[in-house]
Amino acid sequence: MTDTLLSVRNLRVVYPGDDGDFHAVRDVSFTLGRERLGIVGESGSGKSTTGRAIMGLVAAPGRITADEMRLGDLDLTRMNEAGFRKLRGKRIAMVLQDPKYSLDPVMTVGDQIAETHRQHVNAGRKAARHAALEMLEAVQIRDPERVYGLYPHQVSGGMGQRVMIAMMLIAGPDILIADEPTSALDVTVQTQVLAIMDNLVRSRGMGLILVSHNLHLVSSFCDRVLVMYAGRVLETCAAGDLANAKHPYTRGLLAALPELGHRRAELPQLQRDPAWLEGPL
Amino acid sequence: MIVLEHASVYYGAGSKRVAAVRDVSLRVAEGEAFGLVGESGSGKSTVLRAIAGLIPHAQGVVRLAGHDMGARRPTESRRMAQMVFQDPYGSLHPNQTVDQTLSMPIAIHKLGDADRRVPAALAEVGLGREHRFRYPHQLSGGQRQRVAIARALILQPRILLLDEPTSALDVSVQAEILNLLTRLRRELGLTMLMVSHDLAVIAHLCERIGVMSGGELLETTTANALAAGNVSHPYTQALLRSNQGFDASGVTG
Repeated sequence: MTDTLLSVRNLRVVYPGDDGDFHAVRDVSFTLGRERLGIVGESGSGKSTTGRAIMGLVAAPGRITADEMRLGDLDLTRMNEAGFRKLRGKRIAMVLQDPKYSLDPVMTVGDQIAETHRQHVNAGRKAARHAALEMLEAVQIRDPERVYGLYPHQVSGGMGQRVMIAMMLIAGPDILIADEPTSALDVTVQTQVLAIMDNLVRSRGMGLILVSHNLHLVSSFCDRVLVMYAGRVLETCAAGDLANAKHPYTRGLLAALPELGHRRAELPQLQRDPAWLEGPL
Repeated sequence: MIVLEHASVYYGAGSKRVAAVRDVSLRVAEGEAFGLVGESGSGKSTVLRAIAGLIPHAQGVVRLAGHDMGARRPTESRRMAQMVFQDPYGSLHPNQTVDQTLSMPIAIHKLGDADRRVPAALAEVGLGREHRFRYPHQLSGGQRQRVAIARALILQPRILLLDEPTSALDVSVQAEILNLLTRLRRELGLTMLMVSHDLAVIAHLCERIGVMSGGELLETTTANALAAGNVSHPYTQALLRSNQGFDASGVTG
């Protein structure tokens, strides 16, 4: 990690509720360089909320506070909504789980990509179309001219997700946040989509945050992994060392996974320790 | 217990007719657990639905416990095969309590004695009396899936059809549900047919595994052969690779 793209210190996201505040993210700190960082955890552990908070996408009455949240030379803690809007797409982009819901159903996929381009770059219609076609080719869509004119319901899940990646990368962001980018896809297509994303992110020298509940995927795809539980980062380790994780929570999760070729009569169930919620890290 | 002979299922009619399942033959012995894997649209869920009688099969034979299943099934034979769906939030009625959900099948099948059967079914899946009068939104994902399993078990079926029963659940909860299914199979002598994307999950629960693609059953293999990487079909090999995590070298174009 030579240079830091993003640094976050003590990020907190709080949703006020009738029975007191709900702390979705509690004192999360990490830095991201030109690398692939994985965030794993169960549902409700705050992994998606962390990704959204970086993009300023926490809806009121939720509140984001942080001691430091810095993207290059920009201080995100002082950013207002207009500032974030300029930032999204241009500096940080996000790929969500299901392309069916994240693409506009009444606009051709090509026009959606071109629109993103024009939003951030001062380009004419023709230039934007050209850029969109190039981007479709970059995500390995075989016949970009044809796909450009298709509507989201006419493309498969894997193709939809590639369109999504094309749209997110066209403005040349520094950071891509991928929130469960392949969970809605067929197992055999997942690897392909990940490989395309990986190639583009590497060749452009971007930072990638992969949010996923899939431990196998994260440990084989990422460079570093953050393990989250109840809004806190319990453990950070090199992705290759995830199998040797120290924290009992991570170990419990790994043990609970059924394994091919290692059949056990009973899977060990995760015993949650209340101390994980508090205690020093 | 379950016999399919050259069974085919079609959707639509005329020129729009699609063969969702084509000429599938398989047999599952009593007390056995059989797994079906395959990509989306390969017809694996359709096989389950045809066995459950949710859609009629057009050709071939579906035989459950020695009885041929026709287009119209008597209530008694419907009781024999019960299904558990992927997403318990979608398969449980949001406006009905657990008690109502579990009492409905008892009323339909005229079993009576709901006051005894409902708590017994809940106990069987590891839920307490306090869960009986809750609504689905007051339960966690794992508890909801337990209710869905209790809903299937309350009719004392001999066959349990499982359509991705753990893919909407977290890893830790998945382990609980898999342990529950293992125990129920042992204690009740259930025959299980399970569909999943996750080879590790299916190999954990099932001895024999069928691989489907394009509506056809390509090969039948065992959990042990799968673990040893001993599979012949290219699709099965691809599935095996993608279950072992991300490996860019295995990707072409």
